[in-house]
Amino acid sequence: MKTGTVRQILLITDGCSNYGEDPLAMAALAKEQGITVNVIGVIQNDQIDEAARQEIEGIAAQGGGISQIVFTEVLSQTVQMVTRQAMTQTLQGVVNQELKQILNKDISIEDLSPEKRGEIMEVVDELNETVNLDVLILVDTSASMKKKLPTVKEALLDLSLSLAARMGNNRFSLFVFPGKQKNVEKLLDWSPRLDAISSVFSKLIPGGMTPTGPAIKEAIRHFEDRRSIFGFLTKSDDFYHEESS
Amino acid sequence: MKNPVDIHPGTVVQGKWHKQTYRIVRKLGSGANGSVYLAEVNGKKVAMKMSRDVRIITSEVNVLKSFAKAQGDVPLGPSLFDVDDWNVGTNTIPFYVMEYIDGTPFLHFIEQKGKSWVPVLILQLLSELDKLHHAGWIFGDLKPENLIVTSTPFRVRCVDVGGATQFSRSVKEFTEFFDRGFWGLGSRKAEPSYDLFAVAMIMINCYYPNRFPKKEGGLVQLNRIIRENRELARYEDILLKAITGKYTDARHMHQEMIRDIQRQVSQGKGLQQTQGSRRQKSPQKKVRSRFIGVLETVLIIFIICFLYVAYIMEKIM
Ligand SMILES: Nc1ncnc2c1ncn2[C@@H]1O[C@H](COP(=O)(O)OP(=O)(O)O)[C@@H](O)[C@H]1O
Repeated sequence: MKTGTVRQILLITDGCSNYGEDPLAMAALAKEQGITVNVIGVIQNDQIDEAARQEIEGIAAQGGGISQIVFTEVLSQTVQMVTRQAMTQTLQGVVNQELKQILNKDISIEDLSPEKRGEIMEVVDELNETVNLDVLILVDTSASMKKKLPTVKEALLDLSLSLAARMGNNRFSLFVFPGKQKNVEKLLDWSPRLDAISSVFSKLIPGGMTPTGPAIKEAIRHFEDRRSIFGFLTKSDDFYHEESS
Repeated sequence: MKNPVDIHPGTVVQGKWHKQTYRIVRKLGSGANGSVYLAEVNGKKVAMKMSRDVRIITSEVNVLKSFAKAQGDVPLGPSLFDVDDWNVGTNTIPFYVMEYIDGTPFLHFIEQKGKSWVPVLILQLLSELDKLHHAGWIFGDLKPENLIVTSTPFRVRCVDVGGATQFSRSVKEFTEFFDRGFWGLGSRKAEPSYDLFAVAMIMINCYYPNRFPKKEGGLVQLNRIIRENRELARYEDILLKAITGKYTDARHMHQEMIRDIQRQVSQGKGLQQTQGSRRQKSPQKKVRSRFIGVLETVLIIFIICFLYVAYIMEKIM
C-alpha cells in the first residue's frame, strides 16, 4: 500500500473561546479539507465549566476527531493516546472506504467475522506505523493556562518522543493563541521534532482573549501553505482522510 | 473514554459466530482497555476479555496468535481459545477467551515468600523474554501488575499483551515508571533493550514497593535509588547495564545475573535478607546458631542456582 499523510490539528485548551469565528464551524471546515481536529481539555481541580465541556466535545465532533478532558498530571499519556487513536480512526476510515469499493457495499469492521477483522487490523496497524503524520499543535495561552504550560511542554516533548519511534515521517508545527500582536502566533514551523519548543515555551507570557475559532482557521491556512509548497511533489489525494458522508 | 463492560456473575454469554456458551464467575480486573472476567465452559475455568472497542480485542487477538506460533511448551502469555461477539439487547460486545492464569500477583508473591525469590523470578522472566524476542516481539508494557506467579512449580507468567509490539515498530502502550522514554533513557522503538529496562525497573520496584516520583530523572536519579538500598546495590552493575541499554538481548542479562549470584554466594554475601520472612514464621529457629542459618541459606541459594542452570542448559541443548 502507498504511504500517504495523515493531517491533524491538536488543540490544547482549558476553556471557552470568546473572540472571533465559531470554533465549531472552523473545525467543520478543517474536516472538509481532510484535516482532523482533536481537542484536549486540561483541568486543574475536578471542575470544568459545562459550556467549556460542550465546546471541547463539539469542536472534536465537528472536526472528525477525538476529545478528552483530563487533569494536568496525566496530560502526557493523554496527548499521545488521543493522537494515536485519531490516527487509527482516520486510517480505519480509509480502509473502510477501500473495503466499500471492493465489496460494493457499506461495511464496517464490526460486520466482519473475527477472523477477517484480524487481517484488516494488521493492515491498519501497518499503516499506523508507516504513514507520514503532520500534527499542527494549537496551544491556548490565555491567562488561566499559565500554571499548566510547563506540563503542556513536557507532554508535547513526550509526544514527539513517542512518534519518533514510528517508521513513518512526522512533522510538527506549533501555534499559540492569543499571540503577541495577532490572534495566533507561530512558534515553530513544520519540523520533524518538537525539541526546539523547550526554549520558546519558557518565554511565553500567557494572557488575553481566547480566539479559538481564528486559531483553527489560521491552522488550516498553514496546512494549505504547506500543500502549495509540496504540491509539486505530492498529489492532494495522497492525504488520508475520511470522506464525510 | 468508553464505558467499561459490566456484567454480573452467573450471566451466560453466548458467542454470535462460534456459538460457544460461557458462564461468568467473577470479574478479575478492568482497565482502560476493557474488563477481564473469570468464566466457565464445560466445567473448565477460562479468562474472558471484553471491550467496547473491537480494535482492541482484534489487536490483542493478533498478538496472542503470534505468541502461540512463537513459543514452544508453555507460552509467556495466555493461550487463546476463542474470539467472538456477544449480542446483548441492541449492543454487540466483542470478546476473546483465553487460558485462565491462576496464581499470585508478582509483588504479592514476593511479599509472601521473601526477597530470595526476586532473582529467581527475574531469571525466569528473562528466559521467557528471550524466547519472545527471538520471535521478533517485545512485550512492551512490562510491569509487576502484568505478571502472575503460578504454582507447582512456581513460575512467572504474563497477562495483558496489549503492549506487545513487533520489532522496530513503536511501543504504543506503556506505564511511565517502567518506560525508558519517561526517564529520558531511550526511545520507544521496540527492541529487546526496551523490555530489559522494564525488567530492571521491576527489580527496583521489588525493593521500593511504593515506587517513587521522577525528580531529576535519568541515570543520576535511578543510580542513586539503587545505591540507597543495600540489597539492590548488589545488583548495581547489572541494573545499570539494563537501564542504559547495554544489553542487546535477554540471554546476556540472564547469564550475567547468574554469574553475579554465584559470585555473591561464593563470597558469602547476601545472606541477611533471604531468611527474612521465613524466620519470622518459625521462631524456634532463632535458637539455632546464626552460623547454621547462614549456611543453610547459602546451600539453598546454591541449589536453586544449580537447578536453574541445569534447567537452562537442558533448554538450550
Ligand atoms: N488470562 C488471565 N488470567 C488471569 N487473570 C487475568 C488474565 N488476563 C487478565 N487478568 C487479570 O485481569 C486484570 C485486568 O486485565 P488487563 O488485560 O490488564 O486489562 P487492561 O489492559 O484493561 O488493564 C489483570 O490485572 C489481571 O490481574
